[in-house]
Amino acid sequence: MPPALHAFRYWLRLYSRTWRGTIVISVVNPLLFLLGVGVGIGHLVNEGHPAALGGVSYSDFFAPGLLAAAMMQTAFIEGGGRVAQAASPTGSYRAAATTPMEPEEILAGHMLFIGFRLITSSAAFIVVMELFGVVSGWWAFAVWPAALLTGLAFAAPLASWTVTLRQYSKINSLFRFVLMPMYMFSGTFFALSQLPHIVRLVASVLPLTQGVELCRALSLGHASVAGVAARTAYLLLFVVGGLLLARVNYRRRLHG
Amino acid sequence: MVEARGLSKTYPARNGTPPFCAVDGIDFQFGRGEAFGFLGPNGAGKSSTMRMLAAISPVTAGTLRVLGMDPARHGPEIRSRIGVVPQDDCLDRELTVRENIYVYGRYFGLARSVIRTRLEGLLAFAQLEDKADAQVEMLSGGMRRRLTIARSLINEPEILLLDEPTTGLDPQARHVLWDRLYRLKADGVTLIITTHYMDEAEQLCDRLAVMDGGHIVAEGSPRELIESHVTREVLELRFAPDDHAGVAERLREAGVGERIDVLPDRVLLYAQDGESALAAVHGLSLEPLTALVRRATLEDVFLKLTGRTLID
Repeated sequence: MPPALHAFRYWLRLYSRTWRGTIVISVVNPLLFLLGVGVGIGHLVNEGHPAALGGVSYSDFFAPGLLAAAMMQTAFIEGGGRVAQAASPTGSYRAAATTPMEPEEILAGHMLFIGFRLITSSAAFIVVMELFGVVSGWWAFAVWPAALLTGLAFAAPLASWTVTLRQYSKINSLFRFVLMPMYMFSGTFFALSQLPHIVRLVASVLPLTQGVELCRALSLGHASVAGVAARTAYLLLFVVGGLLLARVNYRRRLHG
Repeated sequence: MVEARGLSKTYPARNGTPPFCAVDGIDFQFGRGEAFGFLGPNGAGKSSTMRMLAAISPVTAGTLRVLGMDPARHGPEIRSRIGVVPQDDCLDRELTVRENIYVYGRYFGLARSVIRTRLEGLLAFAQLEDKADAQVEMLSGGMRRRLTIARSLINEPEILLLDEPTTGLDPQARHVLWDRLYRLKADGVTLIITTHYMDEAEQLCDRLAVMDGGHIVAEGSPRELIESHVTREVLELRFAPDDHAGVAERLREAGVGERIDVLPDRVLLYAQDGESALAAVHGLSLEPLTALVRRATLEDVFLKLTGRTLID
């Protein structure tokens, strides 16, 4: 068995103790949002038949955006605080680092686990979308990998940064000053076309925007090959860049 | 088993702090079954040395061979044959005692059956059989330390590195731990220990390197170090605090003792025979508030070599 899988199994073992708590954040919260905003506010929005939504109901429009944002949030929880804690002098990375495991393997094991978290929580979310009838049938299976990709585009760069941290407070600052604004301005709640041109330009380079648009296009079932390819490539850039940087930083921190 | 020549560790500049040289060209070696100690205050470079020995920190300069291998090229191989007890326990508090050892053993690529067989022996060794299925959260500091040591033995290491093994433990827990370490030594495991407790160094180590400021300032068995650097006995005198400097001056003029050190709370007078030195003090009609004759210790060696005490 490759060493990284031992690390992956360690995280699974730990998760088997704590998964109940994460269900609230990963499933219940998005569900409440979907109900409250998607159905509740959606009811008001749909009255006006806004052209910006491209002729779909608000909950159809909103649900895939919320899915992408939930992936960002899961990536933040798993790749943010958890990584910083594991890399601290009393953290679990420190024990693993004294074994034959290399820092790159410790990273790979944790990334596999984060991937597992993203895959399972997006699956739960997509099942709910199916039940609400807000995803176009078989397109759900295309939305799934898109959600995973969106999550990884955050998890990998986040882990590469948090593994270097000595002060946890910076993680909260990141959430407040980077992730929250991104959450608001990445077209989760409204169509980007409603924004002024300059704001739209800025918003369009945000990785969450690309994730939201990718998930939405697939969920609504009118994705173009070129659009999907471009957004996938853009998000992959964050995944690969994040992983490369993380490899360097993990070694520096754990075997420095 | 281990050989270091001109071993150095410099940490690069980070966030405005200048580069820091923690270990500055040290030489040492030790063989199978030996208990070797690095004695020195915090910041002496002990932990950095240990991390290099554990193949988890690259050597900046000099050469290092652990089990005949170069840590830069054979890190995983070295780590598979040594045990490491870091200064911080880094146990998983949510997992049980058993699980902590199991997970760690899997990181060594050990088969489940092998780990299960060894686990019972290790739990007995650490005197944690009753706590095997308790969460680590529930353990006392001494138990956690013993668990960390038990965990580090899962791969049956040839060398065990212990960084400050008893720091923060109460005296009873320390003695239990020392007892466990004697057993390991009796079983032929090479022990490498860092400590800033001189009693620990005296109890556990066959040979010691006294470290200060990234250098090794003296090396030898505890007895050799005491014999070659300080006298057999030490007379501790306590006067009113303001009098200490003046008293020391008078004692020096009178030629009492071989050496005199003034500490904030007492005067140390080094002599082969403490009682006759005390008689000489009284002969100068000096009346100390308290006077104590004791055997010289490594603490005295350290004070003489560096001018500072081990624990600030």
